[in-house]
Amino acid sequence: MDFLVFQYPMISVQAFLDGILLGILFALIAYGMALQWGVMNIINIAQGDLVILGGYIAYFMYLYGIHPAWGVIVSPIIMFFVGIAIYKLVINKVVDRDLFISILATFGISILFMQLMNFAFGADVVLANSDYGTTMLFNNNVVLPNSKIFSAFISILFAICLVIYMKKSKLGRAIRATAQNARAAKILGVDTEKVYAATFGINAALCGVAGALISITFTIHPYMGLPYTIRSFMIVIIAGLGNLPGVAMSGMGLGVFEEFADYILGTEFRIGSVFLLLVLILVYRRFKLSRKREYLK
Amino acid sequence: MNKNNLILYIGILTFGIAAPFLFPAFKVQLSILCVLIILATTWNIQGGEMGYNSFGNILFYGLGMYLCASVQVGMFFPLAEWTESGGEKTFVHTPAQFFQGMAVGLLVAAVVPTIVAGLIGYSILGLRGHYFAICTLGLGVAAGEISGGIEIIGAGQGFTTPPFPNVGNLESRGEFFYFLSFIVLILTFIAVRGIYSTRFKLILNAIRDNEDKAEAMGIQTMKYKIVGWMISAFFCGLAGGIMGGLVGYIDSTDVAFDGREMGVFMVLMAILGGKGTLWGPIIGATVFHIFKEGFWTFFLGWQYVALGVLIVVIVIYFPEGIMGWLREKYPERFGEVVDEKDRKAQVELK
Repeated sequence: MDFLVFQYPMISVQAFLDGILLGILFALIAYGMALQWGVMNIINIAQGDLVILGGYIAYFMYLYGIHPAWGVIVSPIIMFFVGIAIYKLVINKVVDRDLFISILATFGISILFMQLMNFAFGADVVLANSDYGTTMLFNNNVVLPNSKIFSAFISILFAICLVIYMKKSKLGRAIRATAQNARAAKILGVDTEKVYAATFGINAALCGVAGALISITFTIHPYMGLPYTIRSFMIVIIAGLGNLPGVAMSGMGLGVFEEFADYILGTEFRIGSVFLLLVLILVYRRFKLSRKREYLK
Repeated sequence: MNKNNLILYIGILTFGIAAPFLFPAFKVQLSILCVLIILATTWNIQGGEMGYNSFGNILFYGLGMYLCASVQVGMFFPLAEWTESGGEKTFVHTPAQFFQGMAVGLLVAAVVPTIVAGLIGYSILGLRGHYFAICTLGLGVAAGEISGGIEIIGAGQGFTTPPFPNVGNLESRGEFFYFLSFIVLILTFIAVRGIYSTRFKLILNAIRDNEDKAEAMGIQTMKYKIVGWMISAFFCGLAGGIMGGLVGYIDSTDVAFDGREMGVFMVLMAILGGKGTLWGPIIGATVFHIFKEGFWTFFLGWQYVALGVLIVVIVIYFPEGIMGWLREKYPERFGEVVDEKDRKAQVELK
C-alpha cells in the first residue's frame, strides 16, 4: 500500500478541501436530524432515504431538460409534503412512545422507501450533470468542481435562512418552545400536533435540498440512504442537540475524515470506516460519561 | 398443567422428526425455519429479557457463517486458492473430510463469536437505549462492509461453501441439514428454558426494568449483561454456521451480514411473537416465516415493500406481540391471579 497522501502533499490539500465541501452538506442533513430529535425525540432511520428521494426529484428534472439546480427549490417543496404525509401516517403514532419503537418504525419506512425507489427509478447509479465546470487552484494541482462549491454555498444559505426563520417567525418560536417543554407549550396554547408535523416537514425539506445538491455533485442510488442517516446521527451526537456551530464543525470534520480514509484505506473501506468511526465515538462517549458518573458518586 | 406440557413437547418432537418425510418438498424451508427460531429465541435473551435492543446480532451470525466455512475449507485445502477458484470445484471434500470439517467449523463458529461478544461487551453494553441500538446497527453494517473488502474470504465475489459430498441418495443433503438445524434448535430450546428457570433470568429482568436500581441492590449488572450477550452470540454463531452450509454461498452484505434482512427479521420475529416470553419468539418466527414465504411466492418483487409495511404495522399496532395479546385476553392461563371485581370494572370501563 503506497500512501499517495504522504508522497504528494497537494493531494492532502485536495482531500481537505473536498472534505470541507462535503462536510457542509452532511451538516445540513444533520441539522434536520437534530431538529426532529430535539423537538419530537425520535431518531429517524429513514433520514438518508428522504435525502435520496430528494435527489431523484432533481435528477428527474434534469432528465426532462430542466437545469438540475432548480431542484434545490422544487425538491424541498415536494419533500415538505412527503414529510407531512409520513408524519400523519406513521410518526404521530410513535412520538410519545419508547425510542426503540420509533427507530424500528422508521427502519420499516426506510426499507419501504428503498424498495419503492428501486422499482420506480431502477437500480442504476445516476447523477444529474450540472455543467458547471471546474476551478483549478495552486498551479492546477488542486481541482475543485464548481458544483461542489455551489452546493456548499447553497447549503450555507439554506441553513442561515432556517436559523433566522426559527428565531424570528411565530412557528419557529412555537417549535423552540415545544422542544424545551412540550407540555408547558401545550398549556400555553401551542398546537403541538401541528408543530410536530411542521418540524417533520421542515426536516424532510432540508433532506430534499441536500438530496438535490448530492445528485448534482455526487451520485445517487436507491440503497445509499443508510450511510447518510448514520453520518447525520454521528454529527449530532458529537455536536450535541441545539449546538449549530458544533454541527457545522463536526460535519466538516467528518467530511475531511472520510476523504482521508478514502485515500489511505481505499474506496472499498470508505463506508465501513464511517460506521466504525460511529462505534468508536459511541464507545469513547460511554467511557467519558461513566468516568463523569463515578466522579459524581 | 405439567402433563399437558409433556404431551405438547412430545407432539412437537414427533412432528419435527416426521416433518421432512411428510413434506419432502419443504425440507429447506423447514431448516430455515429452525434457524429463524434459534435466532429469534436468542435475540430475545438480550433484547426481550435484558431490554438491550440490538440490531447487531447479525455480526455474530455472519461471523459464524464465515468462520464455519473457512474452517471447513482451511482444514484440508489452502483457503486462498479455494476462494480464488470461485465456484469451480478444484478441490473436492471426501465425505469424512466434509463432516469432520463441519463439526469443527460449527464449534469454532459458536466459540469465536462468544469470545468476540465478551471482548466488545464491556464497551458496547455500557451504552443505553437508543445509543446501544444505533451502535450495534453500525457494528453490523461495518462488519459487512469490511468483510466485503478482505481478499482471503472472497471479498466482493463471495465464498462458495464446500458442496455436500456424494453419500446416500439425492434427499440426504436436505435431510442432513434439516436434522442438524432441528437438533441445534432443540438444544437451544433446552438451554434457554434452563436459563429462564434460574436466578439469572430474574437478574436480566431487573436490568431491563431499572438498571440503576438493580445496581443499587448489589447486582453487578455489567457482568450479567456481558454473559447474556455472550449466550446470545453463541447461538447466533451456531445458527450462522448452519445457514452458511445450507445456502451454499456466502456474500458479505447479502447473505452473511445482511442487516437489512436477517438482522431486522430476528428483531421483528421476537416482537411479533412477544418480547420477553419463552414461546413468543418461537410462535413469532413460525408465523413470520409462513407469511414471508407466502409473500415471496405470490408477490415476487414486492416482498421488501410488504416487509417495510409489515414492520411499521407490527411496531405500531402490536408492540406487545401475540403472546402479549393472549396474556391480556386469558391472564389465568399465564398464572396471573385476576380479581373478578377488577375484571368486571375493566369491562365496564371499556
